[in-house]
Amino acid sequence: MTEALKDLGTHLELKRGDSVLGWEITLDELTVDVAPASLKGFVEFLKTDATCKFSTLVDITAVDYPGRAKRFDVIYHFLSMYQNQRIRLRMAVHEDEMVASITEVYPAANWFEREIFDMFGILFSGHPDLRRILTDYGFRGHPLRKDFPTTGYTEVRYDEVEKRVVYEPVKLVQEYRQFDFMSPWEGADYILPGDEKSEEAAK
Amino acid sequence: MMDGTKGFEDAQTGEQKIRNFNINFGPQHPAAHGVLRMVLELDGEIVERVDPHIGLLHRGTEKLMESRTYLQNLPYFDRLDYVGTMNQEHAWCLAIEKLTGVEVPRRASLIRVLYCEIGRILNHLLNVTTQALDVGALTPPLWGFEAREDLMIFYERACGARLHAAYFRPGGVHQDLPPELIDDIDAWAEKFPKVLDDIDELLTENRIFKQRNVDIGIITEEDILDWAYSGVMVRGSGLAWDLRRAQPYECYDEFDFQIPVGKNGDCYDRYLCRMEEMRQSAHIMRQACAKLREPENQGDVLARGKLTPPTRSDMKTSMEALIHHFKLYTEGFKVPEGHVYAAVEAPKGEFGVYLVSDGTNKPYRAKIRAPGYPHLQSMDHIGRGYQLADVSAILGSLDVVFGEIDR
Repeated sequence: MTEALKDLGTHLELKRGDSVLGWEITLDELTVDVAPASLKGFVEFLKTDATCKFSTLVDITAVDYPGRAKRFDVIYHFLSMYQNQRIRLRMAVHEDEMVASITEVYPAANWFEREIFDMFGILFSGHPDLRRILTDYGFRGHPLRKDFPTTGYTEVRYDEVEKRVVYEPVKLVQEYRQFDFMSPWEGADYILPGDEKSEEAAK
Repeated sequence: MMDGTKGFEDAQTGEQKIRNFNINFGPQHPAAHGVLRMVLELDGEIVERVDPHIGLLHRGTEKLMESRTYLQNLPYFDRLDYVGTMNQEHAWCLAIEKLTGVEVPRRASLIRVLYCEIGRILNHLLNVTTQALDVGALTPPLWGFEAREDLMIFYERACGARLHAAYFRPGGVHQDLPPELIDDIDAWAEKFPKVLDDIDELLTENRIFKQRNVDIGIITEEDILDWAYSGVMVRGSGLAWDLRRAQPYECYDEFDFQIPVGKNGDCYDRYLCRMEEMRQSAHIMRQACAKLREPENQGDVLARGKLTPPTRSDMKTSMEALIHHFKLYTEGFKVPEGHVYAAVEAPKGEFGVYLVSDGTNKPYRAKIRAPGYPHLQSMDHIGRGYQLADVSAILGSLDVVFGEIDR
């Protein structure tokens, strides 16, 4: 399996050197880093090239790394039912960068891209219908960003007096519990009272 | 004088203008299989446009998973597709096992196959019979649910829960099956084809059922590729694509089973595929039961180590084991940094998990790839040009469950 993927990786690099920034095989899976500018052409190539024939778009998703300059990784998974192989494309994009939509090549990308827009706020240029999909009508914010709190900002309830559903800011009876169970000898960095003096003394 | 000498100006009022009709299908429609709101644009009875509004069951599973340990996340998978629950857990376990490099004990692997096939039958029984309900038959669900009840009891006897099992664990399965349970499952799988024959007799040649399903919702090979179909949606149109065969996971490669394929790719062929798949699943279950009884397949059902808890008896005698147990259920285990995609052939199609780990005890990002999501998306593509009544037949044959679509 790994051999075949290696061949595929070299083939892609050879044929589309301008779009492939690098590739690696981890755990029997091929990951190709692509440049956002050449995404659409590369995806088209993947679909039509005889050795690739990645006929099915399995999934599109994104990962948020708030610490990075290029904040998001957009991840594409493709599957070839004819060659029986899979490939993953990874593309680092800036927070305010538009990503080319691939709905023209794979119509199935439509909802996947809508979901990413909804969850991460990444905009897709050329998408026919970029609306929110999973969140509520009129929802604000992008929940899967790391800076979005798990509790959210608003809560919804039916008001018996007003006879309608009302939106209110989240009120928690107790703080949202987030326990840190990391091993004290591995995870946490404890500063005991008095320790800072030893550092000062060292200076 | 109504002889027309005055012209027909009276017919020109705004009310009588012919216009397309928009209707709301759902969110509380019994044939919507959950909370689906579909805005249908109709020209008379003909569907012009379908716009599914999803997300009414959105619970933010992926967000919640980022703040819980790997083991705590496992039960969320039961709550996705709540019809064939263990198949989803399987994908999560496979992803973790792939990243950590843990090998599942042989017995656990067989039990997983056994219960995955039970899940497949559970799902197909529900789908086939509720599709019959969608097109007007009431008896099949009653018969099908009787068999589902038996299967849920098998779930309960293995793990204590009828639906939300949390039975598959990273590194194996939670507990071993008692021998009587294996015998009972085997006996059930032996007589199950008889139940299928009954349902078959009720539906397959039924005139109304055929009128409502044959040549409805036809899917071509091109549609399959364009709309990212998987599972029965692919097989119903004649492509023999099954991940159990194409990219074998667990120990499916040593089981003997056939992959049924349809010819026309319509709702009726998908129904036939599901019926045959249930027979094949029962066949796999019998093989798994036979293998589970073999002396060389006895033994532990969890890969003991840092991923799984020590045995109860160890905990009573060994301090080390007790500490392990405590740390495992508070801190949880850590998964090495990396990313992985693990997919299984869930009853509805390819169910995948894309897991990004940063080396801590919680997933950095977990994306759930549900088969129903792209299937429902193509509703607009398939549904156009059919009649309003066909929409519910097509929707039934897509096999959508909102737990997994909305996540």
